[in-house]
Amino acid sequence: MYTQGLDQKGQSDSRRDGLESAADLDAFQKRVDAEEKIEAKDWMPEAYRRTLIRQISQHAHSEIIGMQPEGNWLTRAPSLKRKAILLAKVQDEAGHGLYLYSSAETLGVSRDEMVADLLSGKAKYSSIFNYPTVTWADIGAIGWLVDGAAIMNQIPLCRCSYGPYARAMVRICKEESFHQRQGFDILHELCNGTVEQKAMAQDALNRWWWPSLMMFGPSDAESRHSAQSMAWKIKRFSNDELRQKFVDVTVPQAGFLGLTVPDDDLEFDEETGHYRFGEIDWQEFIEVIKGNGPCNKQRMAKRRKAHDDGAWVREAARAYGEKQAAKQAA
Amino acid sequence: MNDKEWPLYEVFIRSKSGLSHRHAGSIHAADDQMALDHARDTYTRRTEGVSIWVVRSSQIVASDPAETSAFFEPAEDKIYRHPTFYDIPDGVENL
Repeated sequence: MYTQGLDQKGQSDSRRDGLESAADLDAFQKRVDAEEKIEAKDWMPEAYRRTLIRQISQHAHSEIIGMQPEGNWLTRAPSLKRKAILLAKVQDEAGHGLYLYSSAETLGVSRDEMVADLLSGKAKYSSIFNYPTVTWADIGAIGWLVDGAAIMNQIPLCRCSYGPYARAMVRICKEESFHQRQGFDILHELCNGTVEQKAMAQDALNRWWWPSLMMFGPSDAESRHSAQSMAWKIKRFSNDELRQKFVDVTVPQAGFLGLTVPDDDLEFDEETGHYRFGEIDWQEFIEVIKGNGPCNKQRMAKRRKAHDDGAWVREAARAYGEKQAAKQAA
Repeated sequence: MNDKEWPLYEVFIRSKSGLSHRHAGSIHAADDQMALDHARDTYTRRTEGVSIWVVRSSQIVASDPAETSAFFEPAEDKIYRHPTFYDIPDGVENL
């Protein structure tokens, strides 16, 4: 049904060879415009398929790499309760990665190919996971800001034109809400603690605020893929629209915590009803995407090591499974 | 080392007694028992199910989306199969 034909390279190539007629493309766009969902085996333009594979696999990789900064605090969480919660959250991130890989596989790319692209550095993951988690407050900031930004991005994806991706996003969004609240809860407790604890929370906000705004991607003027993705209803809102929404809901929450958003230009515009905010350091964003962020090398090295160290386990389990199947057949 | 992928399984979950199993997604596993365990860990971390079916994706036979209209066409012109096809005279009740 969905994913059994794994490496459909031949099929994709024949499609690329100019077999997409104007009539097919037009009929496809009409289906999308009518808000019909596109399903795995339906005809789709090759570029639509490639765009989705790129986007969904990047999203999956981000969930997988995203376990590392938080995993850093699993053994040092300040209480058993916090540790249990953080474990559940990190396990959710793994789950999200798996939902997403399985939805990308419906487009005819294999799990192995996607993992290989991540490990070789060919595929990207979100810039945000290349920043270090140096204090416990960072775990709060990740939940509140990073998962908050992710929710902003992901809620419209629940209505994405591609059915398997939209369904995975519905599941993910239900779980993200817990992530964001547990993060806010950590910061709330710190902000009501000692002077040092509150300073720790402020320091975390100072370091995570701008990288969180960068999570929405380049500004609309610079975004290469946006227009086509909007036409295909993969995306529903532009990067800048989502970023603005995030700022608008998050600034008052910072106020509630008694924290200061590290932006001198931040100002509420009575006329528009939106916050105006300062210029993002796009050079930093580009550097982190290129692999020169504070933790890129560490994240990739750890992922590669985990993959290599697990190879014998995957091999042994597969050999056992094949042996049992052969026994049953005999 | 032979690092070939584990087979793919489709996962179906009954969310509570009285409802039918519904497709949730897919997972990779080396054998059937592992497929059940992975399906539980991946798709029911918040008690979303009381029963799980897993089936090798390669074992599923599916209709072809390109043939959808031809395949389902025989049902389309038989509107008399629906109760709304029939006009009931005024005054007739409980029908």
